Amino acid sequence: MKSFEYVRASGIADAQDTAGRIIAGGTNLIDLMKHQIETPPRLVDVTRLDMTEIEQSAHSLRIGALVTNSDLAAHDTVRRDYPVLSRALLAGASGQLRNKATTGGNLLQRTRCPYFYDTTQPCNKRVPGSGCPAKEGINRILAVLGTSPHCIATHPSDMAVAMRALDARVEIESPNRGTEMLTLDEMYVLPGDDPSKETVLEAGDLITAVHLPQPPKGKQTYRKVRDRSSYAFALVSVAGIVDVEDGKITEAALAFGGLAPRPWRDGTVEDVLVGEAPSDALFDKAADVLLQDAQGFGENDFKIPLARRTLKAVLAELTGVTQ
Amino acid sequence: MTEHLKMDQVQPHLLDETGQGVLSVPMPRPEGPLKVTGRAPYAAEYKAEGMATGVMVRAAITKGTYAVDTASVEDMPGYLGVFTDKMVRNAAQGTMGTNPAQMGDKILYLGQPIAVVVAETFEQARDIAAVLKVDYTEDDDAVCDFDGVSDWPDSDKPDQGDLDQAMSDATFTVDSMYTTKPHNSAAMEPHAALAEWDGDKLTLHGSLQMLGYNRDEVADSLGIDAKNVRLLAPYVGGGFGSKLGMSPDCVGAAVAAKALGRPVRVVLSRNNVFEMIVLRTATRQRLRLAADKDGKLLGLGQENWQSNLPDEPMAEPVDLATHFLYGGENRRYGQHVAILNRPASGSVRAPGEAVGMLALENAMDELAEKSGIDPIELRLRNIPEKHPETGVQYSARSLAEALTEGAKAFGWDKRQKAGTRREGEWYIGMGVASAARTNILMESRANVTLNPDGTALVQTDMTDIGTGTYAILGQIAAEMLGLDPQKVTVELGDTDLPKSSGSGGSWGAASAGSSVFLGAKAIRRKLAERLGCEVEALRLQDGVATGGNNRRPLAELMDAPITEEGHIEPGQTDEDYHQAGYGAHFAEVAVNAVTGEVRVRRMLAAMAAGRILNRQTATSQVWGGQIWGIGTALTEAIEHDPRTGHVVNNDLAEYHVPVNLDVGDLEVMFIEERDDASSPIQAKGIGELGLSGAGAAVTNAIYNACGVRVYDYPATPDRIFPHLP
Ligand SMILES: Cc1cc2nc3c(=O)[nH]c(=O)nc-3n(C[C@H](O)[C@H](O)[C@H](O)COP(=O)(O)OP(=O)(O)OC[C@H]3O[C@@H](n4cnc5c(N)ncnc54)[C@H](O)[C@@H]3O)c2cc1C
Repeated sequence: MKSFEYVRASGIADAQDTAGRIIAGGTNLIDLMKHQIETPPRLVDVTRLDMTEIEQSAHSLRIGALVTNSDLAAHDTVRRDYPVLSRALLAGASGQLRNKATTGGNLLQRTRCPYFYDTTQPCNKRVPGSGCPAKEGINRILAVLGTSPHCIATHPSDMAVAMRALDARVEIESPNRGTEMLTLDEMYVLPGDDPSKETVLEAGDLITAVHLPQPPKGKQTYRKVRDRSSYAFALVSVAGIVDVEDGKITEAALAFGGLAPRPWRDGTVEDVLVGEAPSDALFDKAADVLLQDAQGFGENDFKIPLARRTLKAVLAELTGVTQ
Repeated sequence: MTEHLKMDQVQPHLLDETGQGVLSVPMPRPEGPLKVTGRAPYAAEYKAEGMATGVMVRAAITKGTYAVDTASVEDMPGYLGVFTDKMVRNAAQGTMGTNPAQMGDKILYLGQPIAVVVAETFEQARDIAAVLKVDYTEDDDAVCDFDGVSDWPDSDKPDQGDLDQAMSDATFTVDSMYTTKPHNSAAMEPHAALAEWDGDKLTLHGSLQMLGYNRDEVADSLGIDAKNVRLLAPYVGGGFGSKLGMSPDCVGAAVAAKALGRPVRVVLSRNNVFEMIVLRTATRQRLRLAADKDGKLLGLGQENWQSNLPDEPMAEPVDLATHFLYGGENRRYGQHVAILNRPASGSVRAPGEAVGMLALENAMDELAEKSGIDPIELRLRNIPEKHPETGVQYSARSLAEALTEGAKAFGWDKRQKAGTRREGEWYIGMGVASAARTNILMESRANVTLNPDGTALVQTDMTDIGTGTYAILGQIAAEMLGLDPQKVTVELGDTDLPKSSGSGGSWGAASAGSSVFLGAKAIRRKLAERLGCEVEALRLQDGVATGGNNRRPLAELMDAPITEEGHIEPGQTDEDYHQAGYGAHFAEVAVNAVTGEVRVRRMLAAMAAGRILNRQTATSQVWGGQIWGIGTALTEAIEHDPRTGHVVNNDLAEYHVPVNLDVGDLEVMFIEERDDASSPIQAKGIGELGLSGAGAAVTNAIYNACGVRVYDYPATPDRIFPHLP
C-alpha cells in the first residue's frame, strides 16, 4: 500500500479538497488502495460531517450522504413509501458491509470488472489507453448496454438502480460550481472514449445528500438475479415501479442493474407500456425496445435473454398479469 | 517402549469393551474457546523479535524469463531486500517430501512467485512489490486452454472386456460428456510462514497439513538437512488439500531470513493463494454406461481430460470411485493430462471423487430415467459382490443400508416424475447420489503419557486443520485409559514430536487415532501387570483400575508417569480387502422458472465410515462436505483467461463459495458400522466422504425439478434458464 496522508474533515470546506480523496465507509476505496489501483496521496475522512440524517419534507426525502446502507434499508419511511430502495439495498453485499457502506460511497463505488482489479492486466479504466482485455476475455458479468469499444464494465450498485427508478437527485457541494442537484443520468457518464471518467464530478466535489421525490404511485419491486443467493453482484437486476388504473398502465419507471456501465433507464421502454393494458405480449414489446441495441461479448450473451425474462416477470408481478 | 502394529490382520474391537463411554459420543472441540476468542495463534499471528515482513511478487506474464531490477526500489522507505534465490514455482504436492520445481529465471504461468520483497513493515513491502521493476522476456508459445491443446497424451490404462461391444449389446445406454471448472480450496486462513534461523537451524511457523513431509520439502527446497528444520503448526485455519505440500511462502521467508539475519514473515495474499497454491484441475469427462433391460450394468467407462504444469506428479484421479462402486464386466478408463500454462493442479478436498462422482452419479441418474427404474433401486441392483476389477473382497460396506435408510429418512417416496412439482415460480425436485471414498491408513506415531495424578498427555506432530483432531485424540486416550477427556492434554503440530500421518486424504483420524490407541494399549498392559491381572480383564474407569479381584486408583499403581509410543503401519489388510467409506446423499432443490436460479432446500447424508469417533466433529465434517457439494454443483468455478491462463476471479468476492443463504437444512445420519480391516479402531475417513457425490445429488435434483440436465458445472442460472420453457 502506498503511504498516504490522512485528514479528518470537520466542515464541508475541508472536504472539498481538490488534492485529496474522500473516504466514507471505505469498503470499496480501501480495497482499491491495497491493490494500488487507486493511490490517493491524501484521504479526507468525511465521516464526522453532519450528513447522517434522513429528513422528510412535504415533497421529498433527503438522505444524508453518510446514512449507511443498513440504516437506509431499515428506515420506516423508506420501507413504507420506497420499498424498491429498501429491497435493492438489502440485495447488496453483506450485512457487515452494509453497516459500513454509505449512501455517497455506494453511488461512487467502482466496477467489479476483474481486469480492472488485476494490475498485471491492461484496462482502459485503470490505465487509459492500455486496452480492454475483457471484451474477448472472461466477461460473464460485464455489460451488454451502453458499452464502448474501450470498456464493457458494469456499474455494480444495487442501491443506485432503485434510486434511478425513483428519479433521485444527487446533491453536490462543488468548490467550483457551488451546490448542484443532478439526476443519476446527469451524474454518471458512459465510458465513450475515456472509461476512466465515470461521473461528471470533479476533484473536491462532495456528495452531501440524495433527494427522493414524493413516493410514486403504484407497486414497487426490486428483483436481482445472481450466481448465489446472497453476497454476489447482479447478473441482471430490475427496479420496477408500475401503476395500473382501470386496466391500463398509467405510470411506469424501470431501471436495470448488471447490464450497463451505469444504472440503466430507457424512457422508450416505459413509453411502450404507459397507456396500454398489461399483457405478456406488451411486456415482450417493452423488452424488445430495452434490448434492441444490446450487444453481448460471448460469455455474457445470456444476459440479454435473462434481462427479458426478468423484466417480464417483474412487470407481471407489478401488474398482476399471470404469465 | 513402542507398541507397533502393522495392520496385517483384522483386530479385536477393544474400543467396544472399554467402559469410559467418552468415544463416539458428541464432544465439542477442547480448543474451541481458544479459537473463538482469538487466543489460538495461527501462523501469521506469531511475532518474533526484530521480525521483518515479506511479500511475494507474482509474475505478470504467462511464459518467459525475468530479471528483477533491485535498483528500482532500493531507495524506498523500509526496503530490506528482494530475494529470488531458491524460489519454488508452486506449492508441493501432498506426500512428496521433495522440493517443488525451482525454475530459476523461468516463468510458466501468470501469478507464479518470482521474488519475495522484504521491508520493515507489511505496507512498505507491499508498495515495493507493486512498483518493483521486473524485466520480462516473453515466449509466444504459451498454451492456456484445453481448446489450444494439439495432442492430448494417451493414457496407458488397460481395458477390461469390450465396452464398445457392451454398449451395442445393451438395452439402455448413456454416453455423456461432462465438464467441471477448476476449484480452489479456499481455506479461510491464507498460507503464511514465519522463519527464524539460529545458526544452521531453521524454525518455521507455517500453515501446513503434513509436517513430516513438509519438513523434508522445506529442507530439500533450501538444500539443507531436514534435521535442521523444525516446523510448528499447532493451529491451521482450514486446508482442504491446499496445505498438504509446503507452500512458496515457506521458502521465501526462510531464504530472506537467512540473508537478512533476522526473522521474516511472509503471508500470502488471497490473490496469491489462488495462483501459487495448487488448485483442482478443470476436467472433461466422458461417461458411458451400458445396461441390460433390468438396469444391470454390462459395462461402464470414464475417460477424462485435465491439465497440469510440467513435472507435477499429480493427476486428478477422476475415476477413483468408478473402479469399485458398481459392477459391470466391461470397463474402460482413460486419463489425458495436458501441459497448460496455468497454476499447478493438485489436491483439493476429495481429489478424484469430488468431480469424478459428479459425472458418474449424474450418468446413473440418466440411466435411471432412461430405464424407468428408481434411482435408488438402480444403484442397489448394481452393487457388486467383489471388486469388479481385482476380485478382492470388500471390507465393511454399508452402501445399501445408506441408500435405503437414507431414502426413508429423507422421504424419497414423495419424489415425483421430473418436472411435475411446482410451487409458484419454483420447480421442486429431489435427487440422490451414492457416496464413496477410498479409505487409506498411513503410518503414524504418537506418544501417550499417563501421570499418577490421573492426567494424560498425547503428543504427535499431527495437525488439526479445523477437523477436530484435538478432540478425537483426547477422546481415544481417555477411553482407553479410563479418564475424563478433560484430563487429557493433546499436543500437536510440532516436528519435534513423533511423526504422524498428517492431515490429508481423510486418513488422519484413523491413522493418528490408531497410534494413540496403541500407545494407550501399551500403558494398559503395564497397568494390568502392576494390578496383577490379565490385560483382557483390566477395566479402567474414572481413574480407577479394576481386574482380577483388585481395584486400585491409578495413583497407587504408579509412582512416575508412564510413557509409551504407539506406531501404526498399513499392512496386509490393505491388500486383502478393498476399503472405502460409503454413503448416500439426498437433496431437494427449487429451481426458479424465470431465472434458472437454484436453491437447495434441504440435504440429507447417510454416512457409513466405520466407527464414528465423535458424532459432533464427524457431523461437522459431513456438513462441510454437503456445503462443498452445493458449491461444486452451483457456484464454484475458477475462470482462467483463455489467452493468458491467469486466474481472473482470484478472490472470494468473485470465486463463489456457498454463503449461508445457499445452504438449506442439512441432516446427517450415521450408519452404525465397524470396519475391521481398516485399523485397530475400526474407523474410516469421513471428511471427504461427505463431499463425494454430494454435488451430484443436487444436480440430479435439478433434473427432477425442471427436466434440465446439467452437463457443464457449475449450474449457474445461465446454464439452466435457456433450457426452461
Ligand atoms: C465483497 C463485496 C461485495 C459487495 N456486493 C455488493 C452488491 O451486491 N451490491 C452493491 O450494490 N454493492 C456491493 N458492494 C459494494 C458496496 O456497496 C460498496 O463498497 C459501498 O457501498 C461503498 O460505500 P463506502 O461508504 O464504503 O464507500 P468508500 O469506499 O468510502 O468510497 C467509495 C468511493 O466513493 C467516494 N465517496 C464516498 N463518499 C463520498 C461523498 N460523500 N462525496 C463524494 N465522494 C464520496 C470515495 O472517494 C470513493 O471513491 C460489495 C462490496 C464488497 C467488498
